[in-house]
Amino acid sequence: MKRLLGSTSLALVAAFAMTASAQAVDLTFVSWGGAYTASQQKAYHDPYMAANPDVKIINDDSSAEGLAKLRAQVEAGNVTWDLVDMVAADAITACEEGLVEEFDPDELLAMAPDNTPASKDFIPGSLNPGDTNCYIPLIVYSTTFGFRTDMVGGTAPTTIADVFDLKKYPGKRALEKKPIGNIEWALIADGVPGEKVYEVMDTPEGIDRAFARLDTIKDSVIWWTKGAQPPQLLADGEVVMASAYNGRLFSAIAEKNQPIGMLWDWQVFDLDGWVIPKGTKNLAEVKKYLKFGTDTQRLADQAKFISYGPARASSAPLVGNHAELGIDMKPHMPTDPNNAKTTLNFDYVWWADHRAELDERFNAWLAK
Amino acid sequence: MAQAEITGDTMRTADGVPLKLALERALFRSRLRAVMLVLPLFAFLLVTFVLPIFDMLFRSVEDQIVADILPRTVVAIEAWDETSGDLPGEPVFEAIVKDMAEGRKNKTLGRVARRLNYEVSGAASLFRKSGRKAPKITQGPYREKLLKIDKRWKNLDLWNLIKREKGDFTASFFLAAADMQYQPDGSIGMRPENRQIYVHLFGRTLWLSGLITVLCLLLAYPVSYLLATLPLRSGNLLMILVLLPFWTSLLVRTTSWIALLQTQGVINSFLVGIGLIDDGDRLQLIHNQFGTIVAMTHILLPFMILPLYSVMKTIPPSYMRAARSLGATPFTAFVKVYMPNTVAGVGAGGILVFILAIGYYITPALVGGRTGTLISNFIASFISGSTQNWGLAAALGVMLLAIVLALYFLYDKIVGIDNMKLG
Repeated sequence: MKRLLGSTSLALVAAFAMTASAQAVDLTFVSWGGAYTASQQKAYHDPYMAANPDVKIINDDSSAEGLAKLRAQVEAGNVTWDLVDMVAADAITACEEGLVEEFDPDELLAMAPDNTPASKDFIPGSLNPGDTNCYIPLIVYSTTFGFRTDMVGGTAPTTIADVFDLKKYPGKRALEKKPIGNIEWALIADGVPGEKVYEVMDTPEGIDRAFARLDTIKDSVIWWTKGAQPPQLLADGEVVMASAYNGRLFSAIAEKNQPIGMLWDWQVFDLDGWVIPKGTKNLAEVKKYLKFGTDTQRLADQAKFISYGPARASSAPLVGNHAELGIDMKPHMPTDPNNAKTTLNFDYVWWADHRAELDERFNAWLAK
Repeated sequence: MAQAEITGDTMRTADGVPLKLALERALFRSRLRAVMLVLPLFAFLLVTFVLPIFDMLFRSVEDQIVADILPRTVVAIEAWDETSGDLPGEPVFEAIVKDMAEGRKNKTLGRVARRLNYEVSGAASLFRKSGRKAPKITQGPYREKLLKIDKRWKNLDLWNLIKREKGDFTASFFLAAADMQYQPDGSIGMRPENRQIYVHLFGRTLWLSGLITVLCLLLAYPVSYLLATLPLRSGNLLMILVLLPFWTSLLVRTTSWIALLQTQGVINSFLVGIGLIDDGDRLQLIHNQFGTIVAMTHILLPFMILPLYSVMKTIPPSYMRAARSLGATPFTAFVKVYMPNTVAGVGAGGILVFILAIGYYITPALVGGRTGTLISNFIASFISGSTQNWGLAAALGVMLLAIVLALYFLYDKIVGIDNMKLG
């Protein structure tokens, strides 16, 4: 009897040890869904899972509510996410409120092929937006304009002022239903030099001036709230021009052959990337993944599937052709010199200070 | 069966217990059994529905962030006279420097910065910037050093705000939800006109919900009448036509309205095709109030048809025949006899549609444009958008709930809730 017990427990211990060593890990990664998650799946997740058969990566398309849900998870002490895709402004908030892990980028992230440490290879400042140390930037995306090539008469719009010019380009425009970006563009269209925009916005008169300019096109604007709307509005011919994320416009132009042209003037640059939720149960696995997922080749690979610029300097020369269409992706990148003649860097700090107040004013302005 | 015998004037059961008592006991036992049966459901509802809602609504007045994260400051600021027009003294500045240093270490400073920034724009960056440097200030003069870091510490509004919000509860979310705010002198007044929004939106939400309810009633009444009076076979076929859209995804129905109503859409193209309007001036039927009304009326229509139908089905046709045989015209018979019998269905459908409409947000968000969005769109964006302000969302939610309850009681007073028949 004793021997039987002994051997059973031995077998049990052995069984446990076996499962522990070969335990499959499920990692839940949160992203934006659609073409964007697909580009990450193909560039990062699929090759990683092929190399690590015991890891299974599950996609959760919750990034639009990422910050709110992450806060709820951390508050409740039950974190079920392992990596969350966020824009830089949300990542700053998450980092400052202690919702995500801080890290040393050179320790966590892969080096460039020529051994440049990560902190020197990523776009300057992109690892530390708002002086935080929690952000792993992946791509640079831009909010810019697309227009219907067949609805603008003979001449294509070339400047942001054309968006605000109803005489030259009659018809509806689509703009995002929030003050961010629109205030800046209104001022530039009104003659403020791009590099002085945030200075002007610091004064109450500057904000009044922006709203006065927006007033001139208010009745000709369709306001969008979801990234998929503007390409659709353009495709349907509902609007002549629309602000949109450049990747969405690329997919309408290159993948769906819509008669849409790009207006890159004063495109607004922003970053998108990962944060590690504080309290993730698979921190070690996530770190292992990040060493692989953030290397130079991987970031360049993502640009094969979607036209967003990699956030690493060493990835830029590796950006090649679209994986399915075979077209050269470089001219479609927001960071391409031809497209980036005039760009606006989104000022997170300014907007963190004024978002609450300006949202109210913007919404009150809209409602009237 | 217990045998009852008569002793004196009380009836007793065979074992001598008064019959009345025995009966009560039996009834109590059966009631207890009934309660035990629903207890799991009740507990489930309490834990998953009632408690979370109250917890969320409670956030509209609960606000311990300032007291928790700036504990020294809220004590020191007690001595400051906010009516004097002077900055707080050295002890307050010393306290806030220490609180900021600790808040930065504990990663809590961001929360208080966000909270204060709701009311004083710029507080976010002020705390962020000063918090970084606060650990380095180890000795006085604290006031001078902090003002050197950023002169915005001279802003009396900020100090007023900290002193006002030092308690565990706050009224500022409710004030914001009513387009009001504290004035510099501590009194309560309206917000600047270019920032007033929610009262207007509550008005719009109520008006549109009422209008949609009336439109639903006008459309549903004849349909339900037809459904209830047709022979069973064709009636059932029509019923399927009512239910089919009801079972279709909300998003699908909303986007089909976009395809129909947009300026290059089916309706406009048809009107242009038959020459009724010029290609140049197509009608704007969507991304405005009209779009919200049309799409929501369509989506909520089944909620009006079904209660109406279930009530109309129970009205015997003989009522109308009797009225006619007594000399009423068809119209009089319909108005005087048939319609009063449908009040229960009208009430039920009306309340159902109105309450659903008042809280709708997906459809107005997609088709409402600038003039057709409702208050729920704002509640949703304060909960999960990037401008997170759960306190304000909760305050708006409480007000919406209060309005619905008030209308419910008004309905009860005028029509009587007992007259309602849901199915």
